[in-house]
Amino acid sequence: MPLSSRHLLGLQGVPREDIQLILDTATTFREVLERPIKKVPTLQGKTIVNLFYESSTRTRISFELAQKRLSADTINFSKSGSSTSKGETFKDTVKNIEAMKVDMIIVRHESAGVPQFLTRISNANIINAGDGRHEHPTQALLDMYSIRERLGKIEGLKVCIVGNIAHSRVALSNIHGLKSMGAEVSLCGPKTMIPKGIESTGVKVIHNIDEAIANNDVLNVLRIQLERKAGSTIPSLREYHNYFGITSERLEKFNRDIVILHPGPINRGVEISSEVADGPYQIILDQVTNGVAVRMAVLYLLGTKN
Amino acid sequence: MKILLKDLQVIDPSSKLNEKMDVLIEDGMITSLGITNSKELKDAKVIELDGKICAPGFYDMHVHFREPGREDEETVISGSNSAAAGGFTGVACMPNTSPDIDSAEVVNLIKERAKNHLVNVDVIGAATLKRSGEALSPIAEMVEAGIVAVTDDGAPIKTASILRSVLEYCQMYNIPVIEHCEEPSFTDGVMNESEISTQLGLPPKPTISEDLIVIRDIITVEYCGGRIHISHISSEKSVELVRQAKKRGLNITAEATPHHFTLTEDSLKTYDTNYKMNPPLRSQKDVEAVIVGLKDGTIDCIASDHAPHSIEEKEMEFIYAPDGVVGLETEVGLALTELYHKKHLTLEQIIEKFAINPRKILGLEIPSIEIGKKANLTIFDPNLVWTVDVSKFKSKSKNSPFDKRLLTGKSVAVINRGQMFYEGEFIKI
Ligand SMILES: [Zn+2]
Ligand SMILES: [Zn+2]
Repeated sequence: MPLSSRHLLGLQGVPREDIQLILDTATTFREVLERPIKKVPTLQGKTIVNLFYESSTRTRISFELAQKRLSADTINFSKSGSSTSKGETFKDTVKNIEAMKVDMIIVRHESAGVPQFLTRISNANIINAGDGRHEHPTQALLDMYSIRERLGKIEGLKVCIVGNIAHSRVALSNIHGLKSMGAEVSLCGPKTMIPKGIESTGVKVIHNIDEAIANNDVLNVLRIQLERKAGSTIPSLREYHNYFGITSERLEKFNRDIVILHPGPINRGVEISSEVADGPYQIILDQVTNGVAVRMAVLYLLGTKN
Repeated sequence: MKILLKDLQVIDPSSKLNEKMDVLIEDGMITSLGITNSKELKDAKVIELDGKICAPGFYDMHVHFREPGREDEETVISGSNSAAAGGFTGVACMPNTSPDIDSAEVVNLIKERAKNHLVNVDVIGAATLKRSGEALSPIAEMVEAGIVAVTDDGAPIKTASILRSVLEYCQMYNIPVIEHCEEPSFTDGVMNESEISTQLGLPPKPTISEDLIVIRDIITVEYCGGRIHISHISSEKSVELVRQAKKRGLNITAEATPHHFTLTEDSLKTYDTNYKMNPPLRSQKDVEAVIVGLKDGTIDCIASDHAPHSIEEKEMEFIYAPDGVVGLETEVGLALTELYHKKHLTLEQIIEKFAINPRKILGLEIPSIEIGKKANLTIFDPNLVWTVDVSKFKSKSKNSPFDKRLLTGKSVAVINRGQMFYEGEFIKI
């Protein structure tokens, strides 16, 4: 059974069967990654462009590796900032790249909606690698994969996403994906970091980290960065750590099994203490390995769909 | 030249006229109203307009023509052609050109460009130099050159103390101060803040951004006098604030755009930049509040905020694309479809909002349909069903969210300054 769409723009509205299929396919590729020769010829002859308008070493490397493992030809195009009045417009860049006959475009951009925009100006399969504060579907898929790998299921689990939800593309994708798979999702963070009306996605919002630890099976801890205008949403990283940081003292207080995810890069001593980041609850490095397998699955399913 | 417009329903709210009659125009003047004897008029050009509405010429007090500076997007002439095609005999153009309209020279340049056109092009001067909110622009000098109002549109007047100065200075010339209400610390947002902006992951702009400046302006005008006109009002709260201010007898007026009484933020779900405007499209309850405001007179008039942008500029990543839509050629159709046919406003009220009130606000002479007066008329068919086609626009720009939309009601002809625009052409009459 193929995926229901030829693009992966986000997880909003993606049916459960599609997510299931991606995760199951990823399991197969995860095995490939354990072999001495980690390469399969599945996408031989396909050309994939990694169009990164925002620096993201991790996501790009993960995609690139997934493409190489599938024997696709890969082109990287990186550019930062806006393509306004001076220089080539985004549309012209895409048209130029497309003229070189590419099959798939992986796109990362500061503006939400760019993947949708791409589907209107290109015939390639589009995969969203993060658009503004909108979605980052492959991150959520690898998070779900990692949860399933550790706990054997997703349905019925309680998952809390902790951090700056308002500025996160990981949060929305996780909410949509996890809800679709039958998990119960809540959010925890300072009120200034919770966007208006997020409850409309069917999540509960809390502002107490102890409560989040006490009541959930999984915490997905987001990276906290100082905003452009420091102090405009939280007073300081130190205060954030003291009131929302995941520390072993906090975890031990409840003495229960909990799985901790983090999309990276980690800000040790801010959203998570070093002890926890390296401790038994976390599966952060598994996420990284699984990320390659999940991206292979997405590339394979979209690349062989037509 | 004689021209006979036959079988019109003539509606002129100023004189409470609402009658079926023929209108005879000779050399640009109305010379006869009523039933005419065709035999006496052998030399007249007769146009059958069976049942169409004839009203005082419509006026749009908020348009952006891009001259000087971005003549590739719109010129005074192309914008005026767009106005004529949309059913307007007069417009007031905003000063955010390049250079800004902050001197008598630029005012004169625009007036010079427009001098032979059917459409009266009035000019609104910048309230402050370069619209930067720091120092008053030469308002007296610009008034002498003919400006009808001042504004820093694109932004509100930056500080309350400069606003106060502008209000006080403008009282000497009895011109209104037009405000674009947007608290500057929220300008990062690109759409209305709500669960939809959250789900789309677009930086939000809350309605309080608009409301806070409306409050500031009301309080300032109450303190120091003068007149404030709130442009493109879009939030429920702002409408209520203006309603209360009017009840208190303050000199506050307001306009609403067709997009703010027609569309909601739901339209942004496709990330189509033709729906990106400022103020942004709001929620359903805001749209309903704007319509109630139009009904009860809180909102005095309809204006397009006609904002031409090139295709290259609009076909851009959402957060980088410029705000604004062209509106002159869909405005009358949208007002008739959304307000008249949905029974929110009567035809008389529509005519007041298009022809009478904007001119009152700007202190302009209100054209009346009377024998011996210059013909300044808009003729429209409230029941004509048509499909918007941006490729047929007279405007140089095509950035309309209403392309392919089915509308009921359209302007058929406009007459002003001894010219008529009818069936796509300008005719000397
Ligand atoms: Zn404005
Ligand atoms: Zn404007």
